[in-house]
Amino acid sequence: MEKLLGEFSLGLFIFQTALFLLLLFLLKKYAWKPILGAVNEREEGIKNALESAENAKKEMENLQADNQKLLQDARLEREAMLKEARDLKNKMIEDAKGEASIQASKIIEQAQAAIASEKQAAIADLKSQVANLSVDIAEKVVREELSNKDKQLKLVESMLSEATLN
Amino acid sequence: MQRNRIIKLTTLFILTLSLFSCNLEKEDDATIAAKKAERKAYIQHHLQDSYDFNLFSYEKDNGEKAHIGFPLPVILWDDGLKVFSSSKFHHGETVAEVGDSFYKLDHGKIYKTDATGTISYDETHHATNVKPLDFSVTKGVVMIIITGLLMFLLFRGLARSYAKNGGIAKGVGRFFEPIILYVRDDIAIPNIGEKKYMKYMPFLLTVFFFIWFLNIFGLTPLGVNVTGNIAVTASLALLTFLLTNFTGTKDYWMHIFDPLGSSLPWYGKLILYPILIPIEVLGVFIKPFSLLIRLYANMQAGHIVLMSLIGLIFLFRTWMGGAMSFGLAFAISLIEILVALLQAYIFTMLSALYFGFAAEEHDHHEEAHAH
Repeated sequence: MEKLLGEFSLGLFIFQTALFLLLLFLLKKYAWKPILGAVNEREEGIKNALESAENAKKEMENLQADNQKLLQDARLEREAMLKEARDLKNKMIEDAKGEASIQASKIIEQAQAAIASEKQAAIADLKSQVANLSVDIAEKVVREELSNKDKQLKLVESMLSEATLN
Repeated sequence: MQRNRIIKLTTLFILTLSLFSCNLEKEDDATIAAKKAERKAYIQHHLQDSYDFNLFSYEKDNGEKAHIGFPLPVILWDDGLKVFSSSKFHHGETVAEVGDSFYKLDHGKIYKTDATGTISYDETHHATNVKPLDFSVTKGVVMIIITGLLMFLLFRGLARSYAKNGGIAKGVGRFFEPIILYVRDDIAIPNIGEKKYMKYMPFLLTVFFFIWFLNIFGLTPLGVNVTGNIAVTASLALLTFLLTNFTGTKDYWMHIFDPLGSSLPWYGKLILYPILIPIEVLGVFIKPFSLLIRLYANMQAGHIVLMSLIGLIFLFRTWMGGAMSFGLAFAISLIEILVALLQAYIFTMLSALYFGFAAEEHDHHEEAHAH
């Protein structure tokens, strides 16, 4: 202890304290503050860069997800459209078929009606022709028959017998 | 394999050397004893601060000692300011006459004497002459200034290189930047805490590099021993002490004067505190004192060991002894390089730890809930 005290030099102690404090303040002002500031700034910069990279990545992911969603939507829409078209087609075919059958049946009906009326007309015509023909024949027959008096009388007789008065 | 071969070769080398080893000259015991005493004095002298910057000394052919170096200014306060060159002492051999006062060096200290330079000693062999107040620019002061300039230029350069290179260090600073970051991330922040560490960073960084650089300078053949000087370590420890206690929070002082807090009723404290508080108060002083002694003792011891081992080379005066001493001195030098850094680290680390105590703030509410 005595040796320690003997070695202690007040002058050196004061010099050391003063010089060290001077060094401390000079370094603080001109070195440590700028150095730590620069290092901090750099670290902040790195942190920010990493963060923004992360954000960009996230955004990218979001964008991709959006794209995916859009694609999905488009696909769904396409499918829906296709389905609709298919349905429409089927419906149209269906409708056309229905219309056609109705039309057909109408045509058939008209044809049948036409056929029936033609038939009627034909029958009527035939009837009148047959009547005319039979009148002609009857006339000829009558004429033939009436050329002979007996026969005329006979005929009247038969006719009268036929035509009963009722 | 490689290792084995090296070991074998070294052994062979040493054995061969020992064959040639012989005492170069026969010396009687008295001469050896005198030489031993001289070496001891030499080592002692080199551990102390000195008034001139001595680079090396040698013995001339006529037995006269020659010193190569340069003198430094001696500044004394003894009935007025006295400034003169230390060359006036002629390395302690002559009396320096300044005005009408006479001064003489004795064991590295300046004493006021008469014209003939008589120094009287008491029974414990201490000089009883008057010691004038001494503010000399000694070798230690010169080294402190050199280290300070070096540090300022180095770190100013580093700080500037950031501005110039867009936040990236360039030049020598690149080597020191990771060390600065280490001090910040592994010394300051873990011990002091994220919130308050910035306040202590300038001191921690300055003290770390100051001690490290001076320790390294101590290993150079310049023979400086600044960090192994008790005045320097005392000054550094005093600054840590002042900084700790002036920045101490309420919690820090509470911890000293009310260490147990609410965990003990008042009557318990009445018994324990007369013992506890003095211990805590003592601790406030012991902590920086341990810093002071640790750095001083480590550097002093390192220098003594190293110089003694180098001295052994001259003591043995044999090939083998010389080689072995050289090997040992070399190994110790390597260890000392590590110690230089280690002591700087320990001083900074412990300072940071003490600052951490001073800066700590408990959340008392939380603590109350925890109990």
